[in-house]
Amino acid sequence: MSSIPTTVPAVDAEAPDDPSTGRGRRKAPRSERARAEARLGWWLAGPAFFIMVAVIFYPVLQAFWDSLFSYRLTAPEEREFVGLANYGVIFSDPVFWSALGVTTLITVVTVFVELILGFILAMVMHKAIKSTRGLVRTVILVPYGIITVVSAFAWYYMFSIDSGYINNWFSWVPGFDGQLNWFAQGGSALFVIMFSEIWKTTPFISLLLLAGLAQVPDDLSEAAAVDGASWWQRLWRVILPNMKAAIMVAVLFRALDAFRVFDSIFIMTNGAYGTEVLSLLAYRTSIGRLEIGLGSAISVVLFLLVGLLALIAVKGFNVDLAGGRGGRK
Amino acid sequence: MSTETLTPEEAEGQKHAQRARRNTSIGWWVITIVVAVWCLFPVASILATSFKTPGELSNGKFLPDNPSTGNYEEILVGDSQELFLSALWNSIGISIIATLIAVVLATLCAYAIARLDFPGKKIVLTVSLMVSMFPVISLVTPLFNLWRSIGLYDTWPGLIIPYLSLTLPIAIWTLAAFFQQIPWELEQAAQVDGATPLQAFRKAIVPLAAPGVFTTAIIAFFIAWNDFVYGISLTSTEAARPVPAALAFFTGASQFESPTGAISAAAIIVTIPVVLLVMLFQKQIVAGLTSGAVKG
Repeated sequence: MSSIPTTVPAVDAEAPDDPSTGRGRRKAPRSERARAEARLGWWLAGPAFFIMVAVIFYPVLQAFWDSLFSYRLTAPEEREFVGLANYGVIFSDPVFWSALGVTTLITVVTVFVELILGFILAMVMHKAIKSTRGLVRTVILVPYGIITVVSAFAWYYMFSIDSGYINNWFSWVPGFDGQLNWFAQGGSALFVIMFSEIWKTTPFISLLLLAGLAQVPDDLSEAAAVDGASWWQRLWRVILPNMKAAIMVAVLFRALDAFRVFDSIFIMTNGAYGTEVLSLLAYRTSIGRLEIGLGSAISVVLFLLVGLLALIAVKGFNVDLAGGRGGRK
Repeated sequence: MSTETLTPEEAEGQKHAQRARRNTSIGWWVITIVVAVWCLFPVASILATSFKTPGELSNGKFLPDNPSTGNYEEILVGDSQELFLSALWNSIGISIIATLIAVVLATLCAYAIARLDFPGKKIVLTVSLMVSMFPVISLVTPLFNLWRSIGLYDTWPGLIIPYLSLTLPIAIWTLAAFFQQIPWELEQAAQVDGATPLQAFRKAIVPLAAPGVFTTAIIAFFIAWNDFVYGISLTSTEAARPVPAALAFFTGASQFESPTGAISAAAIIVTIPVVLLVMLFQKQIVAGLTSGAVKG
């Protein structure tokens, strides 16, 4: 599930330098009062800030340090410094590349499908008549709120050869004998995995897009309609360009989230039949086989990949997350 | 309304308009039902499975032939009772504590961001954004190691602390967005009217801020409730293992019996709070998830 902030507060972090905010005292040298305010600010924000830093940055540094050692928890006395050798092992292992490929495939496919479905859902929520609006929003929040593991089990049992009924339901489809063991080969297993991921996270993306839709001025679309633009033209020329920022933020958040996919795969195949992803590889190396050195190295690589993705999105596509003002050139 | 004064053409036009409105309305209900089926189908599916007896699991049908509550009995009063109820207790306790701590700290932090000028405001927001994007699995290995050496492995605090890394960032962002929208001048206005600062804060600000804080708590709770990676990595026994992890490792009352039914029943029980919260607070949750989002 997305643990990412879905809201982008319009905090004017630059406000202190901006005389237009009416806080003119910034122009003067820092007064006693401003210093007191700054002190109070840190007293209030400090605890939360400190905990976040401690819970994230200490383990990151530790993981990087551990990744430089050949270190198995089962044989602690054999711990030795090996430099970047663990990274060499990872990059020369086809298992890593296959996991990276599968992770990328899942990310690209799910985010693409979710963007389309999410936009349709957002349109439905935006335009729905009053009597159904509340209902749509309620049902849409069920997949959002449900535990990912529960969703994974639901989809798994639906398709499973032992307890499923999907095979039975679709046995009339020509060329489908109704005996398919969905989780016994990569392709069909990934299909179900992606299906469940899409079901679970489309509501989230649709809510972000809904926020974007609400920002598109209605009169723009109406004016275009008066000028004779078709629905399709209005969508592509008026609505989508005006919600580019929302789309960018939604895609970035979901892509980073999808890249960390773990729960569904753990439940459905546990990485068998070519469905291994990076998170699962890291988990199985360090927690499963207790190879702390190698596992840490995979963790660091995963972390750097996520960072790189975020950086590309922020720099390359100009998504200003902190200001929530994406897509401005 | 009298139709007698209308010319036939006008009456005809009105009927058309009415019919068109009714058609739109029917259209919307059809769309709503399609969306509802899509969103609820997997839940209905696991609900149906939870009422199947072991013999019926492979009947290849959606519904059980003879619905039975055997699976619920197994996890609530039967052989798997201890396993499930302790996991449920762990999940409830750990998620609520992690939510409360996160919401209290985030409220202070978001208040400072919304109301005060202090250097580093942007750093706080940027760091919380970075934390929220962080791959949880990268933290697991070092925490696993550290927790084992300082005795936090397989304990409640051992999960509550890492859960803060999940709940704090979203709480800070959501609350900061909420607090930006509060008309803080009300506080001064109340003081001008003779209220003490504390009264002004309590009477003018708390009622405005409370819904935002409450909504944030629900969203943070969902996230803690959903955690799986920390749950399977940092626990090993019933002492702290939360429900999602317990479900994944549940093997059934005996090795000859498939755990499918019992897992489905447990899954339904942990989904009930989610469905209740969503039904009661749909408006607030949607507002919380979209508030202040993407001002362009």
